[in-house]
Amino acid sequence: MSTETQPALLVDPAQRIFKVARRNFVDPDIFAAEKERIFDRSWLYLGHSSELPKPGDYITRIVAGRGILFTRDSKGQLRALLNTCPHRGAQVCRERKGNAKSFQCFYHGWVFGSDGKLRSQPGEESYPEGFKSRDTSNMQAVPRFESYRDFNFVSFDRNIIPLVDYLAGAREYLDVICDQTDAGMSIVAGSQEYSIRANWKLLTENSIDGYHALTTHATYFDILMSSTDNLAAGTGGGFGYDLGNGHAVLEYAAPWGRPVAQWIPGWGETGKTEINRQYDKLVSRHGTERADRIALKNRNLFIFPNLVINDIMALTVRTYFPTAPDYMVINAWALAPNDETGWARKYRLNNFLEFLGPGGFASPDDAEALEHCQRGFKNSKEAMWNDISKGMGKDNPSHNDELQMRAFWTQWNRQMYPAPISSIKGVAA
Amino acid sequence: MHSVSRIEVEDFLFNEADLLDQWRLPEWLTLFTDDAKYEVPCTDLPPDASPDTNLFYIADDRTRLGERVKRLMKRTAHAEFPHSKTSRIVGNVRIKARKDDEIEVSCVFQTLRTKDGITDLYFGTNNYRLTGGDDTFRIREKRCLLAGDGLRSSGRISIVL
Repeated sequence: MSTETQPALLVDPAQRIFKVARRNFVDPDIFAAEKERIFDRSWLYLGHSSELPKPGDYITRIVAGRGILFTRDSKGQLRALLNTCPHRGAQVCRERKGNAKSFQCFYHGWVFGSDGKLRSQPGEESYPEGFKSRDTSNMQAVPRFESYRDFNFVSFDRNIIPLVDYLAGAREYLDVICDQTDAGMSIVAGSQEYSIRANWKLLTENSIDGYHALTTHATYFDILMSSTDNLAAGTGGGFGYDLGNGHAVLEYAAPWGRPVAQWIPGWGETGKTEINRQYDKLVSRHGTERADRIALKNRNLFIFPNLVINDIMALTVRTYFPTAPDYMVINAWALAPNDETGWARKYRLNNFLEFLGPGGFASPDDAEALEHCQRGFKNSKEAMWNDISKGMGKDNPSHNDELQMRAFWTQWNRQMYPAPISSIKGVAA
Repeated sequence: MHSVSRIEVEDFLFNEADLLDQWRLPEWLTLFTDDAKYEVPCTDLPPDASPDTNLFYIADDRTRLGERVKRLMKRTAHAEFPHSKTSRIVGNVRIKARKDDEIEVSCVFQTLRTKDGITDLYFGTNNYRLTGGDDTFRIREKRCLLAGDGLRSSGRISIVL
């Protein structure tokens, strides 16, 4: 197969060359291999514990093409079940979310508890005694299901390393984000569900790309300038970090207001009081240094292969899956501290919508950029390479360099084409 | 506003749709009152959800709606440059409630948007609160309830719905 013989990357640190084959975004063989080597061998975000507050709560979600029934069982334990009847395969739960004591497959009427265990089936007398106590009579759980600080992940690789180890350096950043409050965080009601006609890896890159902001989002910065005189706060700069295992983060100062906790004049005196209160709480809990990091720094955190947690003008959780080489579906949510005031919640959501999401002043332009990359890749047979070498060789690459993308692609390449890693030695282009 | 007829309301809504289709957005903006709201909730929320406590796609006050129009008229609003072509059909117009200074109106819409050779469909219900002006209505609130499954495959709301 041509995909196995052509290098996916060209890397030469001495000459500061890092190139990515555009074929990686369009080739159906690579797309098929990614399902197996990336999505079936990683930890994938399923949902946040706060989405299922009560026993019996459930959500159905698609993760890497599988239908998952995410439940909190009658004992309060979270479960991730494959949403398929052990009898003849029909999807058991057909609703998006709700609360139920049990789930009945409508095809032949088998009934399962919220723990996935078979409770009853019509015509029980025709089955042997003990049929119900067989494990194979129950809805199957996903092979692996683990959580870190209320972020729940599944993996279809039974032998994958534990989630906490997989998270590597991303763990510390999740801690910084979760330490905004000691009252826990919740997903705010309302899911942004959209799509982009582009390869999923373009959104990975874009989500950790500090370089595109001023041109792609020119109109957003026009508006920001009229609503804040705090633009100096955005000139403090920042850095990009490789967090290991393909994860990466940008951490930087920015001019926008942060509900925890950077005030802007547009928020008035009420806002100032509220932000000061938030900030003082952080200082008393974490000391000034960590409080400043939590309150005044922004983080675009990427967890390999498809989870983005933005701790910016609002807190967002975003995950995405490809359904074709040139199409992805995206789900995004707002996350917020449980103990914030009505004022803070309102301004958080207001902030979110200004920049983010498919109706915001920025994200639609990202989508347009990604779709036009995908169009540009139609020339990939002749114009073969993307360049992501910006900042290579620097001791501390800045947040608008491209170290983060190199971290992603290096892990992608490692999983796609395990040793011998001929492609990574590469040659100068 | 007890004597307003449905035909008057329809004329107003058809004209609004036409202004949007022609990208006469600054003119369209003058249809709104100073305290106006334009909102598009996420499709998994109840129709009366509040944007103060729920995540929407769009929750503009008059100021941000003005910014939206300003933005969309710039070349640097990349998602709409060059401008997409749209065609809006408004139907099933009903006056749902009447007060002295305001009527509540509901209609269904189907909006086709074409850009770069791809055509997407948006559909759903628009609920309005209209006030009486000197010679026309003005929009105090426009809430767009999308009927699709999220935004797939349209992907984004870069036009006004």
